[in-house]
Amino acid sequence: MFERIRVMLMKEFLELKRDPWAIFRLVAPLVIQLFIYGYAATFTVNHVSTVVLDLDRSQASRDLISHFPATGRFEIVDNVTSQQSLNRDIDTGTAVAGIIIHAEFAKKLLNGQSAPLEVVVDGTNSNTALIALGYVSQIVTIFQADYANALGVSSGAAPGAVSVSLQERPWFNAGLEDRWFFIPGVIGTLALMQVVSLTAFAVVREREMGTLEQIMVSPISRVEFILGKTVPFFIIGLADVALVTVLGAAWFHVPFVGSPFVLLFGSSLFLLAAIGLGLLLSTASRTQQQAFALNFFLVNPLFILSGFAFPISAMPAALQWFTFINPLRYFIVILRAVFLKGVGFAVLWPDFLGLALLAGVMLGVSVLRFQKSLD
Amino acid sequence: MNGAPPAVQARGLTKRFGAFVAVDALDLDIAKGEVVGFIGPNGAGKSTTIRMLCGLLRPSAGTATVAGYDIVREPETVRAHIGYMSQKFSLYGDLTVAENLRFFGGLYRVPRAELKERMAFAVTMAGLTGREDALVRTLAGGWKQRLALGCAILHRPPVLFLDEPTSGVEPEARRRFWDLIHSLAADGVTILVSTHYMDEAEYCNRIALIAAGHLIAIGSPGELKRRDLGGALVELESPQPGAALAALHGAPGVVEAAIFGDRLHVLLAPGTDAAALARFLVAHGLTATPPKPIIPSLEDVFVRLVSRKPAPEAA
Ligand SMILES: Nc1ncnc2c1ncn2[C@@H]1O[C@H](COP(=O)(O)OP(=O)(O)OP(=O)(O)O)[C@@H](O)[C@H]1O
Ligand SMILES: [Mg+2]
Repeated sequence: MFERIRVMLMKEFLELKRDPWAIFRLVAPLVIQLFIYGYAATFTVNHVSTVVLDLDRSQASRDLISHFPATGRFEIVDNVTSQQSLNRDIDTGTAVAGIIIHAEFAKKLLNGQSAPLEVVVDGTNSNTALIALGYVSQIVTIFQADYANALGVSSGAAPGAVSVSLQERPWFNAGLEDRWFFIPGVIGTLALMQVVSLTAFAVVREREMGTLEQIMVSPISRVEFILGKTVPFFIIGLADVALVTVLGAAWFHVPFVGSPFVLLFGSSLFLLAAIGLGLLLSTASRTQQQAFALNFFLVNPLFILSGFAFPISAMPAALQWFTFINPLRYFIVILRAVFLKGVGFAVLWPDFLGLALLAGVMLGVSVLRFQKSLD
Repeated sequence: MNGAPPAVQARGLTKRFGAFVAVDALDLDIAKGEVVGFIGPNGAGKSTTIRMLCGLLRPSAGTATVAGYDIVREPETVRAHIGYMSQKFSLYGDLTVAENLRFFGGLYRVPRAELKERMAFAVTMAGLTGREDALVRTLAGGWKQRLALGCAILHRPPVLFLDEPTSGVEPEARRRFWDLIHSLAADGVTILVSTHYMDEAEYCNRIALIAAGHLIAIGSPGELKRRDLGGALVELESPQPGAALAALHGAPGVVEAAIFGDRLHVLLAPGTDAAALARFLVAHGLTATPPKPIIPSLEDVFVRLVSRKPAPEAA
């Protein structure tokens, strides 16, 4: 078994070595796209999932909270009773923003004191966070005006005496930098594009050249062939992840607060899924042109439905379901969490599980579909 | 022959691609050590048959054994006992001669202790001594084909399938290739080799003629040449071969006419007068040399046999 895999790997390595453009083709698209996303990408986000912690439980606090969903900007996904629960919601990504109304909010408001409203936003998605904070300011302004009006009607107090202070406390990505949000995601999208197409083309090229027929007529097993053919791309994929991580950290100063082990584990699962996808593609293509077309039709939706650029929560329900069979969706969550939040398996296990299931299914199906015959 | 089990045995071997029947109920027996030539026009089903025997295509119907193993039930065992050269050259152009040999040696798990010696043998056989480090894509056609043969026999397979190994190779290199085939056969290797070249048919122990998926005839070159064509064969030359051929197809007593290089071969029904044929051509305003009787060549026999069995889709 190992002898065959060894000669397969040797052959792949020699072919790569003889191709003077190989290194350029492998590295250039990665670096170029990293810099494009690092410098050029900005965008808008809608629908902010919000968790509420109301410690005052007064008419005024309920009134203020009702202003949030009323604008349509926020969607209250959870009402919690402790700071810990609120933190967990944000850690797990259940909510992007948290609203905390402290005790005696109504009392302070009535006394004309500064009544603190605390807003916690998940800074990993800096755009959502920035927009959310902007909306909070607007809502507070409206609330103040409404409240002053109501007071004025009932007691004649001066509107200027009402104040709500906003405590922005963006977590994780304290500088709210777009590129901190983007660059971890770039790792996933670039690794996907590169590994899927490299795997598919490597097999289809051999089919076109006729060398695949020559290999299939030998007693090599499917697993030996697939391992010999894909291990190089697994290694290239890991190198992609390492390269973009190092460049992102060194050039764009993206923090890496998580564990490299969690990243390595997530990347490995993701690359297995990507290789499975590439193999599936190769079994469905006779020529490199077909592989190219299929690759294009496959990778674009995966990219769009990954949450990399467009938030999944804003998609129609049917598309949201579709994202569950998209390996990139899980990997992007893992990447951002590992880079910016530093959370580990305890929080990310559902994403690891999803990724592992997808990798298993895709590799399994592709091995079954890959037949040692020409028909 | 002499009671040994056949190296290749096919019974009713059939391959359909959709509704199209590429190989139709083929029966074939090849004895150990035989060199069998597989001959037929383009699209006859030669490659399809060879691929089924190699386990690369699943038969739609029928059975076959190769080296005693069933091609459907034991494909991997079959693969370990065969060497195959596909119609399309399929070594790695970006790898050197030695690297290609080492690759295929590894695929077939040739023991390390023997690999060196067998590689040296293959290099010598291909006439590539001293060029072990040359990239394969820089080699000329004849060397490439001999190297491909070398790669196909590294694991000493008892049965070899060679699909048009000499196409596009110049005559001197073709002759050298056939010398290799015969020396392998002398060592007991069974070889099924497809070709388009009629002269190569003469080098085979037996010839299997296939057209439109049907095995039309099988026998030694001598046997096939003695086949009764059902008439007398004459040859004539004409400066307008195309027009002459068209006219001859409607001429009385002509069973068949075909162009052979710069000549026409005409098969006349028994009792037809050759002089009448000459007058017929003159009457049609065509000039031609007087028809002279000839002994049929293998090619004449093939043309006759193929036309007797019209292709189903052309009928
Ligand atoms: N995968 C396939 N799908 C559909 N038709 C096929 C396939 N492979 C071969 N054929 C058809 O089957 C017929 C026989 O093809 P095959 O390659 O066996 O012929 P051949 O005798 O080897 O011809 P040639 O001398 O041109 O190599 C041809 O008409 C071909 O078009
Ligand atoms: Mg062919």
